[in-house]
Amino acid sequence: MLDVRDVRKSFGGFLAVGGVSLRVDRGQIAAIIGPNGAGKTTFFNLVTGHVRPDAGSVVLDGRDVTGLPPHDVCRLGMGRSFQRTNIFPRLTVYENVQAAFLSHRGRGRDLWSRVARLYREDTLALLDALGLLEHADETSGFLSHGAQKQLELGIALASEPALLLLDEPTAGMSATETRETIRLVEQIARERALTLLFTEHDMEVVFSIAQRITVLHQGRVIAEGTPAEVRADAEVRRVYLGERR
Amino acid sequence: MTARLARLPWGLLVVVLAFCVPAVGSRFYTFLANDIVIWALFATSLNLLVGVTGLVSFGHAAYFGIGAYTTGLLMKQLGVPFGLAFPAAGVLAGGVALVFGFFCVRLTRIYFAMLTLAFAQIVWAICFQWNEVTGGEQGMPEIPYPSFDWIAELQMPLVGGWRTAEYFYFLTLIMVALCLWVMRRIVGSPFGRMLATIRENAERAEFIGVNVRRYELAAFVLAGAFAGLAGGLFGIFNRGVFPDFAYWTKSAEVLIMTLLGGMGTFYGPAIGAMVLILLNQQIVAHTQYWPFVLGTILVILLFVFPGGLAGAVQAAARRVGRARHA
Amino acid sequence: MPDPSFVFAQSVSGLTTAMFLFLIASGLSLIFGVLRVLNFAHGSFYMLGAYAAFQFVQWTGVGGGRFWLAALAAAATVALLGGLVERLLFRHLYGKEELYQLLFTYALVLILSDVTRMIWGTQQKSVSRPPELTGALSLFGATIPHYNLFILLLGPAIALTVWFVLQRTRVGRFVRAAALDRETLGALGVNVDALYTWVFVIASFLGGLGGALISPMRATTPGMDTEIIVEAFVVVVIGGLGSFWGTFLGALIYGQVLSFGILFFPRFSIFAVFALMAGVLIVRPWGLLGRPLK
Repeated sequence: MLDVRDVRKSFGGFLAVGGVSLRVDRGQIAAIIGPNGAGKTTFFNLVTGHVRPDAGSVVLDGRDVTGLPPHDVCRLGMGRSFQRTNIFPRLTVYENVQAAFLSHRGRGRDLWSRVARLYREDTLALLDALGLLEHADETSGFLSHGAQKQLELGIALASEPALLLLDEPTAGMSATETRETIRLVEQIARERALTLLFTEHDMEVVFSIAQRITVLHQGRVIAEGTPAEVRADAEVRRVYLGERR
Repeated sequence: MTARLARLPWGLLVVVLAFCVPAVGSRFYTFLANDIVIWALFATSLNLLVGVTGLVSFGHAAYFGIGAYTTGLLMKQLGVPFGLAFPAAGVLAGGVALVFGFFCVRLTRIYFAMLTLAFAQIVWAICFQWNEVTGGEQGMPEIPYPSFDWIAELQMPLVGGWRTAEYFYFLTLIMVALCLWVMRRIVGSPFGRMLATIRENAERAEFIGVNVRRYELAAFVLAGAFAGLAGGLFGIFNRGVFPDFAYWTKSAEVLIMTLLGGMGTFYGPAIGAMVLILLNQQIVAHTQYWPFVLGTILVILLFVFPGGLAGAVQAAARRVGRARHA
Repeated sequence: MPDPSFVFAQSVSGLTTAMFLFLIASGLSLIFGVLRVLNFAHGSFYMLGAYAAFQFVQWTGVGGGRFWLAALAAAATVALLGGLVERLLFRHLYGKEELYQLLFTYALVLILSDVTRMIWGTQQKSVSRPPELTGALSLFGATIPHYNLFILLLGPAIALTVWFVLQRTRVGRFVRAAALDRETLGALGVNVDALYTWVFVIASFLGGLGGALISPMRATTPGMDTEIIVEAFVVVVIGGLGSFWGTFLGALIYGQVLSFGILFFPRFSIFAVFALMAGVLIVRPWGLLGRPLK
């Protein structure tokens, strides 16, 4: 599904990502981990088109999407959620998710229809699946942090992606919220046959659902494999020795 | 009670009332109303950029000026009828907005604002110095009214017997009402919703598949076209077209109206236009220091009511609603 | 081929215009660089400087060095006004949207322009040149008034002084740091609020000084404010928003384009200036010597 070859990115002399390759098969759940500053977010930005790679290629479902702008990459089937909650604060929860549906289904060019009821059932259904139905008419900016992260996920899902990138989906959540979110993500991934690639700091989360893990350190891959393989890897242990939660 | 109030067809009521002005008021009131209606269109067109899409333009008067000169030129020098000259204003202004906007939307924030200002000053400079075509500093006085003789031949009861200025007022009212209706539909459409997402969070909008630059350009062109239509009407109403229509202080004026009425609602700018023009009339009758008053009002607005009048009313309504539910 | 002495005279005239503009635009650039706001009211401070100078000269006359005192007093008055405005009003808008800050400065333009009219009326005012500088110099066949020469020398002198302060003094370092990262500076214990006020004061001083010094050369009228601010914007954009030497360079370019534009393409001189501004913004938005905004 996703084939990233040797991507490289420097920011004014600082090599953020130096030749990282990654492969995620269709339907897999893969994770990228690494200490702070390892280049995880930059890597995500390279894959989604937010940042142009200096070298290397990104192939999505057989299509070369290297250097394409984010809106094109999104249309080709890649969805993304953000580390910092990135929602549309003054729109209601309903409108947030509906917007993604509108954009994805090509209604953006419609200058005449009244927007309120479009894709209502789909939007409400998705909100229900995320447990946000009761908040549908609330202004999203006033929601609790956890609910906003759910909404983040909802917006990404409403773009009906084949590959979903989640940037620290449980950041800032309590243990209960984390468990709930992960259960939800897993369930939705299964139901919609999504391919998932996420980054996380919470090792429990990673080891509980990831089928394949890539470890980044200072912009390079230092280990890759199944959770068991990665857990046993000496280099990984060394790098993480100060980072155990 | 408030819910029932909200469901009244306010738009229709306002239009009907507006039509009654020449019948119940003096020539002066018709003049004022005509002024208000045109500026309402101008301000609402700007809000398409500022309030809906979040793009602060300091050069919107350029399109107003282009529209005014287009209609003026066509009707005065070339004898083109209003029916063609008026839409031409919108088309030409929209076309120029397409060219200018293409460059503007690639910039952000302060640079965007500066470039809109630069382009507007270019338009002003051309109007000011291209004597052969635009009349230069003197402008183009004596733009003819459209011909209303055909109405007399209709022999209909209410419709006959008005003065030319009043016929023009009715015509303006119809045109502006139509334009506002169209803009309302646009803002309430999926396209309008996409613009709102850009305003709220352009980065996120990109990641739901919105080509932000293209949508911003579309908004820019639409806003420019409607501003051009307002300009076309204003040139005739003002009995002359002058370079200062495009000067940056005019852009500031319409921006203030938009802020005064409230950028967060559709009718806010129109209300702002009305309030500002009426206020101006009242103040100017008593003192020559209108800019001072306007400046002070603006300062108060910025510090106390940034949401404008409409915003303040909405906030008050919400508080009343909450008090009732408590 | 125009007469070489005429070309020279035009060039000098362009340079003189440039130095005035630099004086005014430098204040604008300073405010933008540190406070990240485009201060529309800067033109109003310039105008107030001119009127204040006129007023002081009315009271004291221009002889015996009094013109210079009047100019300094005028600049100081404007600086005080700027400080008050920042302290009492503007500082409360810092967290809010940029649009509100911009419109506030525009509100100041409206208010100050009418205050000027209230105090001095709408008639043109003029100030005579200080007697020390009423002569003229003949150079390359062109006649250059001594006052113009003074301005030509003053411009770079002030540029060097400000540059020195910014680069070599502690205060200057704080100002540059505040331009880059206000929060960190505050966390380091520097009183950023006071710093902002001082920046505003100095910028207003420069603007007022520009107005005071130009009063013997140009008529002092209402409308000076809106005219000059757009010119200052052009200069700052060309040179680079926030770049000090960029403003100097921008002023030089603007001065020459305008004076030769008037010479060769009189009808398109104004157009040329704004086309240049637009061109810079399209091709290199951060100006010739500026750095891309974060």
